[in-house]
Amino acid sequence: MLRYQAVAEVIAEAVRQEKKISEIVLANQAQQLEKTEQELYAQMENSFEVMCQAVVQGQDPKQKSTSGLTGGEGFKMKRYAQSAGGGLCGSFMTRAMSRALAVSGCNAAMGRIVAAPTAGSCGILPGCLVSLYEDKNLPKKDVVMSLFTAAAFGMVIAAKASLAGAQGGCQAECGSAAGMAAAALVELSGGTPEEAADACGIALANQLGLVCDPVAGLVEIPCIKRNVSGMMIAFSAADMVLAGIKSEIPVDECIEAMNEIGSAMPAALKETALGGLAATPTGMRLKAQVFGV
Amino acid sequence: MNVFDIIGPIMIGPSSSHTAGAVRLGRVANKVMNHVEPVEAVIELSGSFARTYKGHGTDRALLAGILGYKSYSEEIRNMLSIARERGLKYKFITTDIPGAHPNTARIHLKGAHGEECSVEGASIGGGNIRVDYINGMRVDFTGEHNTILVLHRDRPGLIASVTNLMKEKYREVNIGNFSLTRPVKGGDALMTIEIDGLPPQGMIEAMGQIDNVINVILIRSI
Repeated sequence: MLRYQAVAEVIAEAVRQEKKISEIVLANQAQQLEKTEQELYAQMENSFEVMCQAVVQGQDPKQKSTSGLTGGEGFKMKRYAQSAGGGLCGSFMTRAMSRALAVSGCNAAMGRIVAAPTAGSCGILPGCLVSLYEDKNLPKKDVVMSLFTAAAFGMVIAAKASLAGAQGGCQAECGSAAGMAAAALVELSGGTPEEAADACGIALANQLGLVCDPVAGLVEIPCIKRNVSGMMIAFSAADMVLAGIKSEIPVDECIEAMNEIGSAMPAALKETALGGLAATPTGMRLKAQVFGV
Repeated sequence: MNVFDIIGPIMIGPSSSHTAGAVRLGRVANKVMNHVEPVEAVIELSGSFARTYKGHGTDRALLAGILGYKSYSEEIRNMLSIARERGLKYKFITTDIPGAHPNTARIHLKGAHGEECSVEGASIGGGNIRVDYINGMRVDFTGEHNTILVLHRDRPGLIASVTNLMKEKYREVNIGNFSLTRPVKGGDALMTIEIDGLPPQGMIEAMGQIDNVINVILIRSI
């Protein structure tokens, strides 16, 4: 019986059953929600398809946010990935960046997205997983299943810390999404449950202290670009672990640190748009431009 | 909490609290109108809703809910023109409701034949809501469970009539939460009944047949 109160508990159960994290989570959730595993898989597959559609919609060159502050980032990055031969990071990575920008931009333009775990961080999991599906040709079933792994880590973070920027800053939103994605990437790459946990820990640790300071209180600046950095942190954390590098601080302790840092963060830096980038002269000017003075 | 609270909801952006939650608040008002198409909506916005509603599309989201759309309906984006096409006159008023949650909306609706309702509630984060007042009567429910609202005249024995009906004819129904609000003795009163699972067929209608019950509304969990 999984309670999702600690990552160690989930890992121990996966090791005991000699199964993937995604498999034990699917079985457990089917029991909890009184549905069949097939029904839950179908629901998750639907969520993954919405992620794929959001990528396409967000790469439209004409896409503009409701406020008019942002738009077109996904398209520009996709064009650059093609024309610049992959740019500095290489074709796979720049295409993944385009997807993260696209989904996050789709959200800002009132398109349909999957909050994963939140709307503000909705580009990170698609940036990682749609890229493995479309560019590395991983089987759809494996990719959909890895979302159950991501969700399990998210449930533990929600229980031990928070997933809301208003409570824990951006580390709770983009940080959590990156940690969840890193764990999913490791499972998809054949890593063990322990390695998935380490990747989550490294990704979280690399975003500790990140504040939530959206310009004009809108989910646009800097949120859209932070989805790209979160996605890249997820990939680098997964690659480090797959290279044999461990997280010295266990993931459960990283989550506790994140919670403590979130509590210590001043309210001005927790989605109130009163501090950080929101309070810069340009941030204030953009706010006046959208809402009037 | 389950996996779809984390990977989900599927929603129209940009904000779970300012957009998805706003649709759900609007949907409660839609349900309270009980199949009457609203022709006039006056919506008061308080706190963060008042300051940022345009940039988050909160206005379109509330109207979408009022017109029966869901938080994943693509039409939300074009809701200002859809509302006009459907003959709904709307007005947004920014205000400050003292003591209210920062994301509070107060929705007043009118139908073509004098029908009226009001709903006040807050979007409390992650697309979740809390309903505080219906038609001026204090309530407290989240819409997380299937919720039955029974508007009735304040008469002795009425709660027993409603719960007896459930006990006698619909034994499988389990009440998870029950509350009663009554602003004035002998006036209108409101029962809020949260149940596990969906009500069996015919139960809502049967409740509506009880003497002194004015109206019964089911708000399905989302």
